[in-house]
Amino acid sequence: MSTEHEPGAGAEVLLEMRGLRIEGQADEQWQEIVCGVDLVLRRGEVLGLIGESGAGKSTIGIASMGYARPGCRITGGSIVFDGIDLRSGTAEDFRRLRGARIAYVAQSAAAAFNPAHKLIDQYCEAPVQHGVKARAEAQTEAIELFEALQLPEPHTIGFRYPHQVSGGQLQRAMTAMAMACQPDLIIFDEPTTALDVTTQVEVLAAIKRVVEQFHTAAIYITHDLAVVAQMADRIMVLRYGLLVEEAETRAMLSDPREDYTKSLWAVRSFKKQAATSEHGKTPLVKMDRVTAAYGDLTVLHDVSMEFHRGTTVAVVGESGSGKSTAARALTGLLPPTAGQVLFKGEALPADYRQRSRQQLQNAQMIYQMADTAMNPRQRISAIIGRPVELYLGLKGRRLEERVRELLAMIELEPDQFIDRYPEELSGGQKQRICIARALAAEPEFIICDEVTSALDQLVAENILILLDRLQRELNLAYMFITHDLATVRAIADEVVVMLQGQVVEQGPKDEIFSPPHHEYTDLLLSSVPEMDPDWLDSLLEERRKHAPTIQLSGN
Amino acid sequence: MNATWKLLKSAPWSARFGLLVILVYALAAIFAPLIAPFGEHEIVGDVYEPWGGNFLLGTDNLGRDMFTRLIFGARNTVTIAFVTTCFTFLIGSSTGLLAAAMGRWVDQILSRIVDVLMAVPSLIFALLILSILGTSIPTLMVVIALLESTRVFRLARAVGMNVVVMDYVEVARLRGEGIGWVIFREVLPNISAPLIAEFGMRFCFVFLFISGLSFLGLGIQPPTADWGSMVRENATLISYADVTPLLPAGAIALLTVGVNFVVDWFLQKTSGLRDEH
Repeated sequence: MSTEHEPGAGAEVLLEMRGLRIEGQADEQWQEIVCGVDLVLRRGEVLGLIGESGAGKSTIGIASMGYARPGCRITGGSIVFDGIDLRSGTAEDFRRLRGARIAYVAQSAAAAFNPAHKLIDQYCEAPVQHGVKARAEAQTEAIELFEALQLPEPHTIGFRYPHQVSGGQLQRAMTAMAMACQPDLIIFDEPTTALDVTTQVEVLAAIKRVVEQFHTAAIYITHDLAVVAQMADRIMVLRYGLLVEEAETRAMLSDPREDYTKSLWAVRSFKKQAATSEHGKTPLVKMDRVTAAYGDLTVLHDVSMEFHRGTTVAVVGESGSGKSTAARALTGLLPPTAGQVLFKGEALPADYRQRSRQQLQNAQMIYQMADTAMNPRQRISAIIGRPVELYLGLKGRRLEERVRELLAMIELEPDQFIDRYPEELSGGQKQRICIARALAAEPEFIICDEVTSALDQLVAENILILLDRLQRELNLAYMFITHDLATVRAIADEVVVMLQGQVVEQGPKDEIFSPPHHEYTDLLLSSVPEMDPDWLDSLLEERRKHAPTIQLSGN
Repeated sequence: MNATWKLLKSAPWSARFGLLVILVYALAAIFAPLIAPFGEHEIVGDVYEPWGGNFLLGTDNLGRDMFTRLIFGARNTVTIAFVTTCFTFLIGSSTGLLAAAMGRWVDQILSRIVDVLMAVPSLIFALLILSILGTSIPTLMVVIALLESTRVFRLARAVGMNVVVMDYVEVARLRGEGIGWVIFREVLPNISAPLIAEFGMRFCFVFLFISGLSFLGLGIQPPTADWGSMVRENATLISYADVTPLLPAGAIALLTVGVNFVVDWFLQKTSGLRDEH
């Protein structure tokens, strides 16, 4: 085993893939999704795989265990792990390797843990099964690892069930589980994508620390460049199952060679033009000291916001901060217990069931998950056509014409899309259809609930540009709920920062983003990863200095 | 048409067998008067004549042709079971979806009624009601449909609840759609797979239920040919080691197995599709 700490060309090669080809099944046909990729990983090295969804990065990551997902098959190339050929391995070989020498950390820890067993039992399963350690020994080590990963109450947290810990803690517990057998290689498949920025920082720091401490090699899969910049020694950029570019992290960041890589770096360049402020006039929509509760649990405290025509108000905060609940109170899905919602100065009934059709028509909503926001059994023509039919009373030919107009408005070719089902669309196209459906009602106010969170950066940017164009053309007011501050910078005119059901700061974007900040806004802003590879280290250093003032274990 | 053929070709042997059985039964039911050599109630020979000769499967306790009555039995029993199952689904799935979509007190009231109905063993409940109201085919169908619909209610409510919480249902509600639209346009199309699978299963249960009641003398009344009562009428023959009375029972068993094969295939297909996503 190499004792050298800085991984370099001299270190022993741990994993080598040559000309890897993987096919996936779609419509009963096999299509190549990884088309001949070479990958070399040395001991103790962290390799970042980045690319958009569909680039084949997860497939390659999993293939390094010699495994292909159901519906996929490895058709060519070689995979050699520490001298063992994984292409010709038997089930017995794999059983000895997986979990013990190669471990996997999935994107959603919540889905990867068995809800019926305690964390510690799931932790101990692998080492005990592989005969590496006795149960008692594994348990002691688990506590040490939990401590190393800075989980609160490391001695007792293992005896909780997965639902009793937060998402960030679960993701760290999963990392601990992967470390249980002291593997030579860990595959991290987007481990922080589902987390808030503030939580993400903690998980990143924890992963980075233990990987260095145990000198484990890792493959780090993500679509977030700033994240990979913190974690990886070397980066591979993938697209359409092909390698675009490969270089050391610093070299890649300072001097990307390929156009595609440059476009990834350049993303987030979009900035909307500032809207003319309409303050003083009656706001289009106003939330006036709204308090709302789920049962006995009050989740919104005295929240007030104003929305003016032609402007975007971004509502930011981590999950559980009440930003989506504010939207639900606005739409009447969750009738407020106190306060009211005013539309053009007129109070709306608290419950959406009591609102008139016209009141409903004026406020439309676009959801985070376009998949679940569209009925999979309806064609696009029906999905977009229904609001047109219901609110505007158009029928037959005129209805179809209007649907075609709407499709053209969201930049999708009407002839091509009008008869499709949602499952025949890509993620970005689905979100466009949802936008068209909201527009179909001809509203004045649209609530966008994390509309770009589930999309790749390039696709998300195009959606933001579309929303901005529509806003200018139709003079719409947006309530833009997001946890992504880069999105806020791009699209917002005004910002509302929420924490634990309360508004901590609100005002024009420039004011919020320039100091002095509210303490929480500052934490939020400083947690957004930056491209600088030293960002994480310097941030942690910074926070350590000011440790007493900022609480990190908020979850 | 091509797609149907392709689907059939991809079916496993069990499903093909099931489909064949259903097809044969359906043909027998539709063309009963053409296939059967004698009339349904016609007394054509001696009591309990052996197989062969004029009577392919011998005669029954009154001297009616066994084969003829088996074929007419298919028509009566299968048709009644089918119509009853349709009623069952109409009642069960509409109330179940209503409970899922409305929630609150509507759900509470409907669910509690169903709980009460399910608390009493259904055969005993059916016997009770039929002996009060008297036995006629419409009463029989309504009683069985009501009792069986409780199971469909539970299924429709359970799967419906999973769909009702989807964002697209919320979108429809915020759009101001009525409860009818929500149930029939948004929810129902998305739960059709489990409901169709349940339809096959429920059909078997209804079928067995009717036959069971007929065997007890409270189902389809003589002289109408029916498989359940045919077993009872000819039960004496079993003492003489004759298999004839078991033929209608066998016909019931075969159809049940056939339908279940098809249902299994269907379930596997729909769940298989779900795995891909």
